[in-house]
Amino acid sequence: MTVFIIRRLLQSIVVVFLMSLLVFVGVNVVGDPVDMLINPEADQAEIERVIRHFGLDKPLHIQYGHFLLNALNGDLGKSFIFGMPALKLILMRMPATLELAFSALILAVLIGIPLGVYAGLKSKAKVSRTIMAGSILGFSLPTFWVGLMMIMVFAVMLGWLPSTGRGETVLVAGIELSFLTLDGLSHLLMPALNLSLFKMSLVIRLARAGTREVVHQDYMKFARAKGLSESRLIFVHLMKNILIPVVTVLGLELGGLIAFSVVTETVFAWPGMGKLIIDSIHLLDRPVVVAYLMIIVLMFVIINLIVDVLYSILDPRVRLQDMKT
Amino acid sequence: MPQPTLDVRNLQTHFFTRDGVAKAVEDVSFSLGSGEVLGLVGESGSGKTVTGFSILGLVDPPGEVVGGEILFKGRNLLKLSEEEMRNVRGNHLAMVFQDPMMTLNPVLRIDTQMIEAIQAHQKVGTDVARERARDALGKVGIASPDERLRAYPHQFSGGMRQRVAIAIALLNQPELIIADEPTTALDVTIQGQILHEVQRLCRETGTALIWITHDLAVVAGLAERICVMYAGRIVETGSVDEVLDRPLHPYSKGLIESVPSHNQRGRRLNQIPGMTPSLLSLPEGCAFRTRCPIADVECRRLPSLHEAETERRIFCHHPQRETA
Ligand SMILES: Nc1ncnc2c1ncn2[C@@H]1O[C@H](COP(=O)(O)OP(=O)(O)OP(=O)(O)O)[C@@H](O)[C@H]1O
Ligand SMILES: [Mg+2]
Repeated sequence: MTVFIIRRLLQSIVVVFLMSLLVFVGVNVVGDPVDMLINPEADQAEIERVIRHFGLDKPLHIQYGHFLLNALNGDLGKSFIFGMPALKLILMRMPATLELAFSALILAVLIGIPLGVYAGLKSKAKVSRTIMAGSILGFSLPTFWVGLMMIMVFAVMLGWLPSTGRGETVLVAGIELSFLTLDGLSHLLMPALNLSLFKMSLVIRLARAGTREVVHQDYMKFARAKGLSESRLIFVHLMKNILIPVVTVLGLELGGLIAFSVVTETVFAWPGMGKLIIDSIHLLDRPVVVAYLMIIVLMFVIINLIVDVLYSILDPRVRLQDMKT
Repeated sequence: MPQPTLDVRNLQTHFFTRDGVAKAVEDVSFSLGSGEVLGLVGESGSGKTVTGFSILGLVDPPGEVVGGEILFKGRNLLKLSEEEMRNVRGNHLAMVFQDPMMTLNPVLRIDTQMIEAIQAHQKVGTDVARERARDALGKVGIASPDERLRAYPHQFSGGMRQRVAIAIALLNQPELIIADEPTTALDVTIQGQILHEVQRLCRETGTALIWITHDLAVVAGLAERICVMYAGRIVETGSVDEVLDRPLHPYSKGLIESVPSHNQRGRRLNQIPGMTPSLLSLPEGCAFRTRCPIADVECRRLPSLHEAETERRIFCHHPQRETA
């Protein structure tokens, strides 16, 4: 197991390095941030001073070298706009996004798995067909449109839920959290549901497909032949088998959930890093964009690692193979 | 005569497939008393497994038990509620499945799968249940059972898994065990060991046993009575010695003659000509007539299962008395 983790860590470092190169070069060949940074009436000397100040006069590979060296010390550059470290800027916004993403993930699992298992067990029932039709909608309707509709119905027409912001937050270990207050929770509900809709549909489909496959296995019949109760059959024998694909896929999707919460954050004015990155792209605030992308890369890598470990805990067959290597 | 442990009467199990109704089990009757061993033989697809599943109430759609009675200690299992049936399964009535590789849940440890089988029927602590599970593993010849309890199925060979499955069937000391070709995946030594163990158990606890197999040699050594199945029907039943020595039905005769040990070395094996017909297109009348060496016009009419000799029933118009 430890060998396995160490090997995966080394692979991860290579991935992060390659991505840093791609991200840095990619972002630095797009547009000219100087136009954005400088007062149009500034004279040539002023412009040159700014360019030198941000190190933009040096060749790209030197700039990259500097970036890499600083990055290793935890410095991903200063925001052109805010004049503060990009990393700090993003980390300040991160809890809001993480809270949103995890809430969405939890909703997707808590609602998706029961619905999917039910649809798999009773595939002919009307309810199951309704669930499956719903999951197709969840897949195909654009997130922003659903978000706007939710706002219209629940905030504007019914007035049940607030439509913007995080609401009242509680400071826990230096991190602001919404879900601990009733007001925060009511602010969180709609965006989380909106963000989770796609993943929920995915979970429903995975759980249904898994259920339909597993119920016909001999070991389920043998378990029935032992006289086990229906609930034990479903919650232990079936569930443990279908959780394997669900955990794998969801784990991989978590990164996407965080990275692409941009749309939901914009619709619901949720003050997370997704909103920050959109603003930074508009303003060509390169360090923030680069830092954001690097954080996302890092997050994907870490999540993959955790998924692999989780997967091997769930599936004993994988565990054995790892021990051999 | 005392009440039999199991009395199956005119059992019918049909599969309603898209291409038609497959009568996998048709008009099957047999009974066995406590401690008795019944051999159920027949070629692939003859309905042996489906018969077993029918008794346990485990026939899944599109299959359905459509007729007959399954009297288990006098109670008709087909009339029980799902909860009553759950209580019978694994407790009074256990089954060992045909394919040991697929029988155990791959993601649960052996101890979990054994302990739950005990706790589904008895309120005992996990420690006690674990001890019983360990003893059961020891009984079927698994070395260091304590350690093996903590393993997962994929860490076992096919033969070991089958032994675990047999151990699970033994756990609650059922009155009847249906063993579906349980020793096919095992090597000869282990097979002998298990047969011996099962035999001893049946004698000691009075457990009745239905032993499904292709292997006539196993039946000869183990069972008292035998049922020969063909295309969903029992075509011959009687005591093992009688049937094996003096088969009356041409199909039983062919089956016995196709066993290698029965022939002299170097001689060509006698084989039953032709292939098992599909259940969806069985010949009219006797299902065996298209492969039967002595079939005639009369065989276009369905024979009846009649007592040809005492304790000997046969489903044929032309019992093979003279050639035996
Ligand atoms: N799910 C099913 N759908 C349709 N027909 C089925 C199904 N299961 C079984 N059958 C039919 O039942 C018949 C009997 O099958 P069964 O498994 O009982 O045979 P068997 O005697 O156990 O054979 P084997 O020795 O190969 O195990 C098969 O020929 C098949 O046509
Ligand atoms: Mg079979």
